[in-house]
Amino acid sequence: MATVSEHPEKAAAYIADRSRSRWHDGALWFVRSKRDRMAHSLPEWERLRSTASQIKAHTIANLPEILQQFEANAKARGVHVHWAADAQEHNEIVLEIIRKQNATRVVKSKSMLTEECHLNPHLEVNGIEVIDTDLGERIVQMRGERPSHIVLPAIHIKKEEVGETFAKYLGTEPGASDPQYLTEAARQHLRSKFLEAEVGITGVNFAIAETGGFVVCTNEGNADLGASLPRVHIACMGIEKLIPRLVDLSVFVRLLARSATGQPITTYTSHFHGPRPGCELHIVLVDNGRSRIRDSDEFRSALGCIRCGACMNTCPVFRRSGGHSYDAVVPGPIGSVLSPAADTKQHRSLPYACSLCGSCTDVCPVKIPLHHQLLTWRQQIASQGLLPVSKTAAMRAGSMLFQHPRIYALAGALGRRALRWLPKSWIYNRANPWGLDRDLPEPPVESFRSWWQTNRQGTSVDEGMKSKEAKNGK
Amino acid sequence: MGSKARDSRQAILDRLRSREVTPVELPAIFGDDSISQVAIGFDDPPTQFAGTVEAVGGLCLQVGSMQEALNKLEQDEVYRDAARRCSLVGDEIPGNVNLQEIEDPHDLSSLDFLIARAEFGVAENGAMWITDRDIRHRASLFITQHLALVVSRHSIISNMHQAYERIGQPETPFGVFIAGPSKTADIEQSLVLGAHGCRTLTVFLVDEPA
Ligand code: SF4
Repeated sequence: MATVSEHPEKAAAYIADRSRSRWHDGALWFVRSKRDRMAHSLPEWERLRSTASQIKAHTIANLPEILQQFEANAKARGVHVHWAADAQEHNEIVLEIIRKQNATRVVKSKSMLTEECHLNPHLEVNGIEVIDTDLGERIVQMRGERPSHIVLPAIHIKKEEVGETFAKYLGTEPGASDPQYLTEAARQHLRSKFLEAEVGITGVNFAIAETGGFVVCTNEGNADLGASLPRVHIACMGIEKLIPRLVDLSVFVRLLARSATGQPITTYTSHFHGPRPGCELHIVLVDNGRSRIRDSDEFRSALGCIRCGACMNTCPVFRRSGGHSYDAVVPGPIGSVLSPAADTKQHRSLPYACSLCGSCTDVCPVKIPLHHQLLTWRQQIASQGLLPVSKTAAMRAGSMLFQHPRIYALAGALGRRALRWLPKSWIYNRANPWGLDRDLPEPPVESFRSWWQTNRQGTSVDEGMKSKEAKNGK
Repeated sequence: MGSKARDSRQAILDRLRSREVTPVELPAIFGDDSISQVAIGFDDPPTQFAGTVEAVGGLCLQVGSMQEALNKLEQDEVYRDAARRCSLVGDEIPGNVNLQEIEDPHDLSSLDFLIARAEFGVAENGAMWITDRDIRHRASLFITQHLALVVSRHSIISNMHQAYERIGQPETPFGVFIAGPSKTADIEQSLVLGAHGCRTLTVFLVDEPA
């Protein structure tokens, strides 16, 4: 049984280092601003978003047919198509393909799916070396960490720390922190890995039912080297990555990089429609809980996510608390929707790691109503009795208070006095988690109720409002 | 794996079919409007393209002919220093590595300079479309230290919708949009050119028929 992970505790550890939290916030805000410039430069931006959202909704509704169409077309192009119901099966399929080659060295380009399935540890215990080739992922892999962001896996790490890691594993100058120098060292190291690898694994950004092909987008070109040097290419994808037609790519390719990093397109957008001559191309289609999300009217549209990361870059909670505080493969707003779907109890705190500001919904290129879904999760988590006691106790007290006007009035009166007269240490202590990082507001001298009694007694609420508007000169 | 995999296929499809989902119509990309009505277009796509190529880290040189391209290359230090050069653009630009004679793409690991032709370019993002129709080893595009692409200025279109219209149905197993040199910003968001793929990208926007 997985342990329950509490976002506030993990976030507290990250925020404790204030300057790091501020630095992380700034780095992501920079990316978010680039996205904004790109979005504003296209007059048709909103039109693209709603088209993308409709295409995905159509795909998800017709998923069984679209999957079969994809399979038939891919097979016709000489691609081996595999189906995996869950993570374990995915890992077994990949291992078996590698074993058939008698291979022991694998290069992998960034893929959130293989991360979700914990493919690396599975291959490693079976004697296979797996090298993550995306620079950020390689850094994280060497450090024995997990990516903290789906597009910027090492966004939480400072260049000095990368320098230390590379000095240890790649023999770079101790103390070196110049990104140019460090990237060059990684380039040399990874080139040798590309050249030795017998199998290349990539993720998939979009798979096209109509043609049986798929597209992989990178800036570094690592997926391309990994797919064009080894004789065998395995592409792993969730079943939600499909789109119906090739022309649909025009919409998604335009949205993806602009939303992700504020670039007009990734450096490499590669279209794979069949193996190289004499080589093998495998596609593994993975469910692993996706069909269950599709069953839910509330959360179905979350399957349209194209993993651009824009919702994370804009989220005020993510920016300050860091991706690791979510303790989930996909962090941030979309992760907080998807993770509780996989295991509600374990991830029950994530829908609360949200200020409901709605910014994620505004930037999402496929228009997933993220903050509505997070609110829905809160209701479901409460009704499943999964709320932590700290929240349920307060809720119960609140409910009692609102049901009993006299007690409410009394509590208000006490509160106004107490906040003014009690010593600070009585108010700001462990019993008041709200006071940890905020000051409570200055209490008013008079309650609204008593103000009403003296000023508006006898008038109805409507008249009261009218006289107020009159005063404001409306 | 055989029968179990077949079971999983059926299980996934059954699970998906067990839940009727309200149908959603597949939209035409821009409804009843034409692409040119809705998507961004440019009065002078080649000029826009040249600017975008530079914005994504490439160098764009506008030339009248392949001879002029060669002259420019010969002034370029990177090209002059390149020991192993491969040209896929015809005899006007010579090379000393012949892709056709190479059996194993791993033998391209010491390739310094590749010059190839792109079918068309896209002004909105500086991307160029290249397929493996005439390129024996697609690895050459990614493994070379430096890449130059030749594209006709008359082939430049405004946006990606026009691009996919033009591609139609893919006939070759591989096609790629390349926009700029390989790059990364994974170390503290500082942009570094030359991650795994080419360190530099030179684009020759040549004034010859598309
Ligand atoms: S939910 Fe939307 S914004 Fe967030 S990663 Fe997915 S597509 Fe991008």
